Amino acid sequence: MAQIVTSTKSCTVNPLRMSQPLGAALAFMGLRNCMPLLHGSQGCTSFGLVLFVRHFRESIPLQTTAMSEVATVLGGFENVEQAIVNIVGRTKPDVIGICTTGVTEIKGDDLDGYIKMVRANHPELANVALVPVSTPDFKGAFEDGFAATVARIVETLVEAPAEGIAPDADRINVLAGSHLTPGDIDELRDIIEAFGLAPTFLPDISGSLDGHLPDDFTPTTHGGVSVAEVAAMGGAAYTLAFGEQMRKAAVALEAKAGVPFTLLARVTGLAAADELMATLAKISGRPVPPKYRRQRSQLVDAMLDGHFYFGGKSVAIGAEPDMLLNIGGFLADMGCTVSAAVTTTTSPILAQVPSDEVLIGDLEDLERRAEDCDLLVTHSHGRQAAERLGVPLFRMGLPMFDRLGAAHQVAVGYRGTRDLIFAIGNVFIANIKEPDVNSWRSASARPDQTDAPATAH
Amino acid sequence: MSRLADKIQDVFNEPGCAANQAKSDKQRKKGCSKPLQPGGAAGGCAFDGAKIALQPIVDVAHLVHGPIACEGSSWDNRGTKSSGSKLYRTGFTTDMGENDVIFGGEKRLFRSIKEIIEKYDPPAVFVYQTCVPAMMGDDIVAVCKVAAEKFGKPCVPIISPGFVGPKNLGNKLAGEAMLDYVIGTQEPEFTTPYDINIIGEYNVAGELWQVKPLLDELGIRILSCLSGDARYHEVAQSHRARAAMMVCSTAMINVARKMEERYGIPYFEGSFYGISDTSESLRQIARLLIQRGADAELMDRVEVLIAREEAKAWAAIKAYTPRLEGKKVLLITGGVKSWSVVAALQEAGLSIVGTSVKKSTKEDKLRLKEMSPDVHQIDDLRPREMYKMLKEAQADIMLSGGRSQFVALKARMPWMDINQERTYAYCGYVGIVEMVRQIDKSLSNPIWAQVRSAPPWDEVTWEERADAANAADDRQRAIFGRSARVA
Repeated sequence: MAQIVTSTKSCTVNPLRMSQPLGAALAFMGLRNCMPLLHGSQGCTSFGLVLFVRHFRESIPLQTTAMSEVATVLGGFENVEQAIVNIVGRTKPDVIGICTTGVTEIKGDDLDGYIKMVRANHPELANVALVPVSTPDFKGAFEDGFAATVARIVETLVEAPAEGIAPDADRINVLAGSHLTPGDIDELRDIIEAFGLAPTFLPDISGSLDGHLPDDFTPTTHGGVSVAEVAAMGGAAYTLAFGEQMRKAAVALEAKAGVPFTLLARVTGLAAADELMATLAKISGRPVPPKYRRQRSQLVDAMLDGHFYFGGKSVAIGAEPDMLLNIGGFLADMGCTVSAAVTTTTSPILAQVPSDEVLIGDLEDLERRAEDCDLLVTHSHGRQAAERLGVPLFRMGLPMFDRLGAAHQVAVGYRGTRDLIFAIGNVFIANIKEPDVNSWRSASARPDQTDAPATAH
Repeated sequence: MSRLADKIQDVFNEPGCAANQAKSDKQRKKGCSKPLQPGGAAGGCAFDGAKIALQPIVDVAHLVHGPIACEGSSWDNRGTKSSGSKLYRTGFTTDMGENDVIFGGEKRLFRSIKEIIEKYDPPAVFVYQTCVPAMMGDDIVAVCKVAAEKFGKPCVPIISPGFVGPKNLGNKLAGEAMLDYVIGTQEPEFTTPYDINIIGEYNVAGELWQVKPLLDELGIRILSCLSGDARYHEVAQSHRARAAMMVCSTAMINVARKMEERYGIPYFEGSFYGISDTSESLRQIARLLIQRGADAELMDRVEVLIAREEAKAWAAIKAYTPRLEGKKVLLITGGVKSWSVVAALQEAGLSIVGTSVKKSTKEDKLRLKEMSPDVHQIDDLRPREMYKMLKEAQADIMLSGGRSQFVALKARMPWMDINQERTYAYCGYVGIVEMVRQIDKSLSNPIWAQVRSAPPWDEVTWEERADAANAADDRQRAIFGRSARVA
């Protein structure tokens, strides 16, 4: 049981955390033909845009209500209304996701009320779905914004099945948390389909942010789950939720349409992948396909090959709660010690992180706690700390702006876990310090080092 | 807030601004930026602009007072380089939470300044105001004043919350903060008749360093650059320079003009992009320095250096011209520097089919017109239209900022970054050669033929698909009567 500690510093140094509206925007990007809209100053949107572009290396649809000083003081209804009308005129979206920011929350803009007024003033917009969500910057983190948005999409767009209609036994809903990459979602889709099930992912960033060449250029999302598909989620037989952050959406879906759910907090590691397979076998009533039995045995072999390099290593991780549990749990499974764990926001799942302490803090905190560790795991902003500490950095999470292929990093299931062992194991191998003629001399000069447990190379 | 309103009026009234001179008093008060359009706007806010302008002062702690959004999603994202301290790359923010919103954020701000000084001991702390605390009425000027007295360190308030306007206004407000709190507060150990300021140059990808060796060779000292690779004390001492070169007029004309007014430092607007522009700028610097007491032989040395460097650069470019001749470039920049980049490209034998002038001043546009009357000046090009231009191969390569790169790449067309996040430096004589080398590298890459080829089982080529998409687009345009706003 990890002890959860909150930083007592006044000044956040080198933020690990990103804001709620950005998490919300990412969730909306998993809807088809959608335009996410941030209700705030221009900068709120432009910072997010640059961040996502650098991470995904894709065009990003994101708009702003462009609140000016006067609009901020007097209220932002007109800006919201104008933005919606302009977006519909310019880009013809099926859905607009509207997120508040710190400045419009402080003003107390009633976004839900605004949407009602927009609906009343503009009957011509009836065919455009509008999903408002409250995401103040001064509360919570990226993951919270993502979670709140998925729950809101369920509440707003999912339709309860008609009386007496039996759920479709082959259809399954998948609520995919923000710790999953487009590559992860593709992998999960393959696994689920192999059990003869037809999954609907919400959100589905695998089609919209997976770096492919569309035939045409659209200013909205190209790919993702459609409004009609989301509406039909109420008719599925079962819901699988990935990540604790998806609990609220899963509960909302159950409340609205009576779809039962299972929540899988982890997706990486042998036991986690086993649980996924067993769950799917149970839901589908089919045995685990031979392909995955073979992948499982490959993973077990990779664990045997890899454990030499993971065992006894001390690792420092900075990540959002669900990702922290997932990667931290995996590394602990492989014999690493999670000597420092820093996260961005509270979550009931944090208690399960295999570390003595989980700190809600920043990358300065992580850097101070990572001085003697063997590996740093966090997003690209950890690069400065890694450089200063002389410790290798394995990049995970968002933003990953200084490496290729962030969207295609896969860490779920047997195959994803196997590849992750190789990727991280190779970092450990690359950083093995070869002894030279002076190694033992200088070691004996520092007696504290001689008592250190031998690590297996 | 009235203090901020006064500042904004002051900046709007800027008499040094060329666009302003043609305006009536009433027009001037409205400012130069177009009103922001909800649902149709892009680009940064005033806070963004202020941070861009000052962050290249490398030894200062840049503290953002606001909720996590403003710093959390933007820090460590600009390629401005430092020859020393790396403190400017550290992200500091008060990261205001709900309690701060309810009870006010001033205490947290004060404690944050204290923590920074204790842990990092920077020569100064710059405090950036953002929308949320501005809205709540946090008085960061007062907090900075108290903190400066208490800790004996300059604490500089930068009042430029996002909602007051666009990025460009933020640049100017950042300049105002320097004028009010930093410039003229320290004295240099010594001065020479060869001391200059460079204003509006941020040392992106180390561009300042492409020019600095030339100035060093001439014995010209950059007393202060605002703000590329700058140190706090250099900016504080910059009032003792003999002359100034303003690199980006739309960003910091107010600083150049007010320094002329207050300290008698003459300035000119110049560019280090392109061979002839670089030469002209070196001559101008020498001219102003000689006017202010430098030895007249400086000009002779400048001419010798120009002759040598131009010959070297031309020779290097000549090797590329057979490969680049007739290739067409679409130039989508913020517009601020479009005329100087156009000059550079034409020197390399490339032809420019269009350039965005969205953020250019009237003067910029005129200059561009004079230089190359055939170039399309594009006011506002939507991504879809950009895509169409590229797909129809009206251009062979697009040069733009990172945000529109995928429009080109998705059209399977070469693209090169010439904006903030670029990794190659294109300044001075060596920079223009580098730029041509990069364009050539991009155009000659063997991937283009491969990525444009259809799979063997596909009966429709990408060109045919593009033609169909464009035809559909044209039909729709005809129905809705909308047209590309191409000037």
